[in-house]
Amino acid sequence: MTLPGGLTRRDLFMKIGIGLNGIIAVILAVPVVRYLLSPISHGRKGGYDAWISLGDLKQFPSGQTRLATYRNPVVNPWDGYTADIACWVRNVDGKNFQVFAINCAHLGCPVRWFPQSSLFLCPCHGGVYYQDGSRASGPPERGLFEYKYRLETGQLLIQAGEMPTPGQPLRSNIVREIKPCA
Amino acid sequence: MRLIENIGKWLDARLQLGAAIRDTAEHPVPRETASWFYVFGSAAFVVFILQIVTGILLALIYVPSAGEAWNSLQALNHSVTLGWFIRAMHGWGSDFMVAIVLIHMVQVFLFGAYKFPRELTWVVGLFLLLLTLGMAFTGQVLRFDQDAYWGLGIGASIASRVPVLGPSIVRLMLGGPIIAGATLSRFFALHVFAIPGLLLAFVAVHLVLVLKLGINEWPMPGRVVRKATYVKEYHELIKKDGIPFVPGAVWKDIFFAAAILLAIAACAIYFGPFGPSGPPDPTIIQTVPRPDYFFLWLYAVLSLLPPSLETPALLIGPVVIILGLILLPFVFGEGEKSWRRRPIAVLTILLVAVAMGTLTRLAQNAPWSPVMDAWSEIPISPEFLHNRTALERQGALVFQLKQCHNCHSLDNQGGKRGPALDAVAVRLTPDQMIRQVIQGGGNMPSYGKNLSPAETTALVAFLETLHPAAQSPARDASRSLALDPDAVPPQSVASPSRHP
Repeated sequence: MTLPGGLTRRDLFMKIGIGLNGIIAVILAVPVVRYLLSPISHGRKGGYDAWISLGDLKQFPSGQTRLATYRNPVVNPWDGYTADIACWVRNVDGKNFQVFAINCAHLGCPVRWFPQSSLFLCPCHGGVYYQDGSRASGPPERGLFEYKYRLETGQLLIQAGEMPTPGQPLRSNIVREIKPCA
Repeated sequence: MRLIENIGKWLDARLQLGAAIRDTAEHPVPRETASWFYVFGSAAFVVFILQIVTGILLALIYVPSAGEAWNSLQALNHSVTLGWFIRAMHGWGSDFMVAIVLIHMVQVFLFGAYKFPRELTWVVGLFLLLLTLGMAFTGQVLRFDQDAYWGLGIGASIASRVPVLGPSIVRLMLGGPIIAGATLSRFFALHVFAIPGLLLAFVAVHLVLVLKLGINEWPMPGRVVRKATYVKEYHELIKKDGIPFVPGAVWKDIFFAAAILLAIAACAIYFGPFGPSGPPDPTIIQTVPRPDYFFLWLYAVLSLLPPSLETPALLIGPVVIILGLILLPFVFGEGEKSWRRRPIAVLTILLVAVAMGTLTRLAQNAPWSPVMDAWSEIPISPEFLHNRTALERQGALVFQLKQCHNCHSLDNQGGKRGPALDAVAVRLTPDQMIRQVIQGGGNMPSYGKNLSPAETTALVAFLETLHPAAQSPARDASRSLALDPDAVPPQSVASPSRHP
C-alpha cells in the first residue's frame, strides 16, 4: 500500500519507529546527563563547604606557622587517606590568624613552610610566598589560597571542603579581596 | 591433522570468512613497501594487544578504590607471584606504545603518507595518538601514589583555568570537590572501558582505511601526488610491481613485533615496575611530585613559560597544534611525497625533536625547582670556609640557615633556581649584594624582614669571599672617592647648573 507522497506503509512505520526511539533516547538522556553532571550540581548548591575544626588553639603558638590537617567534610568510606587534607595555620599575633591551603596557587603542588627564612617554597615549579601568603617569586600569579576562619570556644574553625584551584579560589578568599574596595 | 582440517571446513561453511581473510592477507602492496620503515604501525598494534592482555591480568588483583589501590599495587609487587613482572610489562608497554606511535607518525609524515587520498587515515591516526596519550595519563593516575595524587592536582589546576567553565570541568574531572575515591573510580572507568573501547573502534577504522586505500607507496622524488591522477597511478603501480602482503611484506612486521616484545620484556625484567611511590596521603607534604617520562617536556614548559603567557599557552596551544595536524592533509594534500624534496617537513621534525629532547632533559634535572633539603643536607664545602674570618663563617651559617642554598648552588651543589654564587663577588659589589638580599627582585624573594642587620652584614661578608683566586671582587669605583674626605669632587658634578 502506498500513501500519498510515495511513502509506503512500511516506510511510514519504520520512520515512526525511529522517531519513537529518538524520543525515548532523549527522555533517557535526561537522567543520564544529570547523573554525569552531579559533581557540578552538588557544588552549585553550596554543598561542599562546611565549618571544620582544626583543633585546639593551643596547638598554634603566637607568631608561628604550623601544619594542620582535617578530614574533608564531603567524604566517602572508600576515600582512604585522600580525604585527609593539610593546611598551614599562621598565628599572626595571638588574635589574628591566617589559614593557607596547602596547594600552590600555580598548579596545586604542596607548598612547604621554612620558618628560618619565613618563606613557603613549592617543590614543583619553584613558586615562593612570604609568611603572609603573598607571592614572592616564581610562576604563581597570585598569593596562597586562604581559608575563612572563626574562633569558637578555644577552637580554630575553617570553612573548607573543596580543593582550591587558580580558576576556583576559595570562596572566602573572594570576600577577603573585595573588602578593601568597599 | 585431518580432524583440524575438518573442523576448519565446518567452521568456514558457517562463518564464511575464509575467503575474505585470504583476500585481505594477500592483497597486493607495492614491492618497496616491504621495508623496515613500514613496521611501526603493526608494532603499535601488537603492543596495544599486549597492553590489553597485561591490563586484564592486572585487573584480576588491582582494587580501584582510593583507600585500597596503593595497597593492591604493593601486593602485586611483593606478594602475588610474578605480579611485579606483569606490572612492569604493562608499564614499559605503555612507554613503548607512546614511543612507537610517535615514531609511526613521524615516518608517515616524512613519507607524505597523509596526502590524498589518505587524509582520513591521518586524522584517525591523530585521534589514536591522543587516545594513547590519554591512556598514558589515566594509567599514571591508576598507579594511585603521591605522584598520581599531585599530578591530578596539576591537571585540575590547568583545567580550572578554562574561562567560565573551568571550575565545572574540575569538579567533573575529580568527580567531587577534592581528589578522592570518586576521582580514582572515574579514571578507572576511562582507562579500562571508555578509552580502550574508542581505541579499538578507531584502530578498526584505521586498518579498514589502510586496506581500502592501499598502503602508501615508497615516495620517489619527482613522483608528485595529483588528485586527478593519483588513484589510477597507484593501481598501475600495484599491478606492475605489487607483491602479496602475506608473506611478501608481513615477515618484517612479525620480526619487528617480536623484537619489540622482547625489548619490553627485557626492560620489565631489568628495570622492574614503575613505583608506586609513597601512598597518596595528602598530609604527607615531604614530596617532590614528578610526571611520567612522556609528560616531562610539558613539566618543563610549565616551569619556563612567563606567568602571563602560561594560561593562554596552556589553553590555546593544544587546540592550535591539534587543529594544525588535522588540517595538514587538507592543506598539503598534493605535491611531493619524498622527504628529499620537503626540506621544511624535515626541519619541522628536527626542530620538534630537538625541542622535546631538550625540554625532557631539562625536566629530568628540573633546575627551576628549589632543592628543598639543600639547607640541611648539603654542607658548604670546606674550601669556601678555609682561612675565613669569624664574620665570614657566620655569614656561611646564615647562608645555610636561611635556605639560600635551596635556590643557589655553590660548587655545583644545591638549588639551581637562582644563579650559582661561586663567583658572585665578581658580579656584584657589596652594596649591590645588600640591596639584592634585602629587596629581592629578578625572581628572588626579599629577605628584608627575615634578616637582622647583623645577619645581612655577615652574609654579605661571606658572599664577598666568593670569587676565583685570580680575580678580584667587584668594587664601586666612586665609593672610595665619595668616602674619602680629601678627594676633590669633580667640578661638573658639583656645578649647580647640573642640578636644576
